[in-house]
Amino acid sequence: MTSSVETLVNREYKYGFVTDIEQDTAPVGLSEDTVRFISARKNEPEWLLEWRLKAYRGWLKMTHEPTWANIHHDPIDYQAISYFSAPRSQKPLGSLDDVDPKLLETYAKLGIPLSEQKMLAGVAVDAIFDSVSVGTTFKATLAKSGVIFCSFGEAVQEHPELVRQYLGSVVPASDNFFAALNAAVFSDGSFVYIPKGVRCPMELSTYFRMNAANTGQFERTLIVADEGAHVSYLEGCTAPKRDENQLHAAVVELIALDGATIKYSTVQNWYAGDENGKGGIYNFVTKRGKAMRGAKISWTQVETGSAITWKYPSVILQGDDSIGEFYSVAVVNGMQQADTGTKMIHIGRNTKSTVVSKGISAGRGQNSYRGMVKILPKAHGARNYTQCDSMLIGNRCGAHTFPYIDVQNSTSDVEHEASTSKIGEDQIFYCKQRGMKTEDAIGVIVNGFCREVFRELPMEFAVEAQKLLGVSLEGSVG
Amino acid sequence: MTATLARGPFADLAMRAQAGEPVGAIGDTRREAREEAFARFTAVGVPTSKDEEWRFTPVRYLATTDFRSAGVSPRVTERDIAPFLIRDGEFRVVLVDGRVDPSLSRMPRLAGVRLVPLSDIGDTGSMFTDSLAAGNGTIEATPFAALNAAVWTDGAALYVGGGAVIEAPIEILHVATPAAANAVITPRTIIHADQMAQVHVIENFVSLTDEPYFTNAACEIIMSDGARVEHVRIQRESRAATHVGITTVHQAGNSHYRSFTLALGAKLSRHNLHAHLDAPNVETLLYGLYVGRGEQLIDNHTAIFHDHPDCKSWEVYKGVLAERAHGVFNGKVIVRPAAQKTDAKQTNRNLLLSDQAKIDTKPQLEIFADDVRCTHGATVGRLDEQQRYYLRTRGIAGRAAEMMLIHAFVAEVLAEVMQSQVREALEALVHAEMDAMIG
Repeated sequence: MTSSVETLVNREYKYGFVTDIEQDTAPVGLSEDTVRFISARKNEPEWLLEWRLKAYRGWLKMTHEPTWANIHHDPIDYQAISYFSAPRSQKPLGSLDDVDPKLLETYAKLGIPLSEQKMLAGVAVDAIFDSVSVGTTFKATLAKSGVIFCSFGEAVQEHPELVRQYLGSVVPASDNFFAALNAAVFSDGSFVYIPKGVRCPMELSTYFRMNAANTGQFERTLIVADEGAHVSYLEGCTAPKRDENQLHAAVVELIALDGATIKYSTVQNWYAGDENGKGGIYNFVTKRGKAMRGAKISWTQVETGSAITWKYPSVILQGDDSIGEFYSVAVVNGMQQADTGTKMIHIGRNTKSTVVSKGISAGRGQNSYRGMVKILPKAHGARNYTQCDSMLIGNRCGAHTFPYIDVQNSTSDVEHEASTSKIGEDQIFYCKQRGMKTEDAIGVIVNGFCREVFRELPMEFAVEAQKLLGVSLEGSVG
Repeated sequence: MTATLARGPFADLAMRAQAGEPVGAIGDTRREAREEAFARFTAVGVPTSKDEEWRFTPVRYLATTDFRSAGVSPRVTERDIAPFLIRDGEFRVVLVDGRVDPSLSRMPRLAGVRLVPLSDIGDTGSMFTDSLAAGNGTIEATPFAALNAAVWTDGAALYVGGGAVIEAPIEILHVATPAAANAVITPRTIIHADQMAQVHVIENFVSLTDEPYFTNAACEIIMSDGARVEHVRIQRESRAATHVGITTVHQAGNSHYRSFTLALGAKLSRHNLHAHLDAPNVETLLYGLYVGRGEQLIDNHTAIFHDHPDCKSWEVYKGVLAERAHGVFNGKVIVRPAAQKTDAKQTNRNLLLSDQAKIDTKPQLEIFADDVRCTHGATVGRLDEQQRYYLRTRGIAGRAAEMMLIHAFVAEVLAEVMQSQVREALEALVHAEMDAMIG
């Protein structure tokens, strides 16, 4: 087994390459000037600058990162990071032909079909290259149904009233250390607005990609589904190989108004660092949604990358009869650490939440599920079902669960189940007997273990996720 | 050293504990141990809600309450304690306000058993030397455990010799009298079951007063190879009292520890039960029941440390909470890399009978070994409507149906008490509490 684990950790990161494009980068370091620089570069209105500065001042008062998570890293020097970088060629783009060919090449290597083929696939892509959106497709189709899907910067210019109304309404700037940092220096991100009663005609998708060395990524995503609207949003990412740790502190806010549905799916495969834990992305993300009466918010995530993942996509079940869901597969290998889970805050009556978490630990990885289910006194008839299963591959890794259950009324039902097991030798033996290679057998077994989560993913993502899992665990059992 | 004793809450208590130290064979070493323990306590102090381990259990008021030492206890008679005894058997130790009352205790010298007041045990060549030493590592577990080590007054010391099988349960009854008003009671129990020994122990905490006081108890159980211990712990102190207790268990190979914890009393109670599985082939069974009403807060923290292969732990805790009661459960199972083939299962089930009742449960697994089977489950709910309906269709409705369902809910853990007479006594106790609750 050990030798195969070694094979695995010695494997090169498949997406590790650097695109050589000139960057327009803010000077290294963080001060009010940095915040003003970013805001000025993005031509932001005064209120947004004020909002950023307030967040920055709040952040200064938070003296350190949260310490409660089961993760360990060297101190981060926030003055050694450059907080803004944008590709140079910034003229308005009419079609893909105008896009820098090197960029297109990068997307091709990543296998992002940012082309007419996407139309057939029914996916509009807002591709983010470092911090500024450079190519946005299918705008016309979306515009026909009144859907707004654009970069955050664009939204600030063109729909300031919507941004101002909802920005920070779910994740306030003072929420936590990383959310405050993001609020101060966020560079760009995506903005989605689905009007009343509209079912978004296609799956919306953003590919994140970090490129410039020493550039933290501070994305901000805001999705608003108006009454009765429906949207499915896909987020996926890979990052080039780097030696320095790259900090990523994104914020995602979802607002589902009465009767709306938002489905948010993520595949995260950022660079995890080398076999000694050197390099790799620090992924410290705040994701939260607010569901009003009868609304539904569903998070699905497949987390295979990053040196450290700190991420708790949550739902505030504000309205009566609202629904929250969280489906997660988290894989750690090598020296990766993941502390991830969800919070379901039941406020409205008859609110329902479902949590299914599958953790896979291999190599020397440490995987923690940390979840909270909170039923407030007035959430009569609330219902929660939580299942978190862990699988360990090898005995140098760890799997941990920290579920908090807090119930404050008697008409609610909360169930929590968790199990930990090892990948079955007899299962592998059975598959091998039938002519499968060990690695294929593991792939089949692990995919079976994660089945409940994968079936929540949109089709094209599900295929990708299954492949990714196979690659992530190559050679971990022999 | 003495400087540390002069500061902080409980400081004068610590000084008095030292001053009152019997001058004898072990006086000096024990004095040092007390000082060290008190320094450890003051280094941390009374925890706040920012301390993860005490997040839901507000004990800060203990730091600001002006506790005095217990006054002169009134005479407690056989008649006073009779209603509280679980089994009036041949072995019993009765502590009144934290001190052993020899006139009420029965500590016969029989082959294979030594049962004495903790304050009496000598230090050289004693069968308790190892037991005392073993306890030193565990006093770090909570600040209150360190406080207990610093200021304990007395307790029961029980040694069961190799191969001895003691059928009759050994009951340790802790009685608080009106003399305990606004005082701290600090008993400490040490139990050592030597190789292949078998013993049943009942710890029972009761009140003869309605005045507020603070019990800070500790119990250490050391089990040698193949020992079997059944430990029943009953906490039914007055609704004005605060009860904090810790039980640490160290188990050698092939030993079997079985615990049943019943928490009914106190305004605020907290029990830490830490089982250390120190060798392969150990079995640990933890059962618990907590029943709360009024403004009670009942907190159970358990930790099971799997450090060696081929061990099994099984845990079921159940809670019934009515009115504005608040339950807290935290169960940790820690499986170290060497603990392959561990089989661990933990369950916490809660029944909320009112909308103001509240539960915080945190079943926690930390696993570092791959070839293990570990599960945990937690549920919170009310009485099942379908079950009620079923009973109603058979002519059982209202209060009778509720009682039947609640009795069934608690029966699962009560049934795990091995000795039938003890079990029946506990059932009677719990059912009486239910009657009062459903009213």
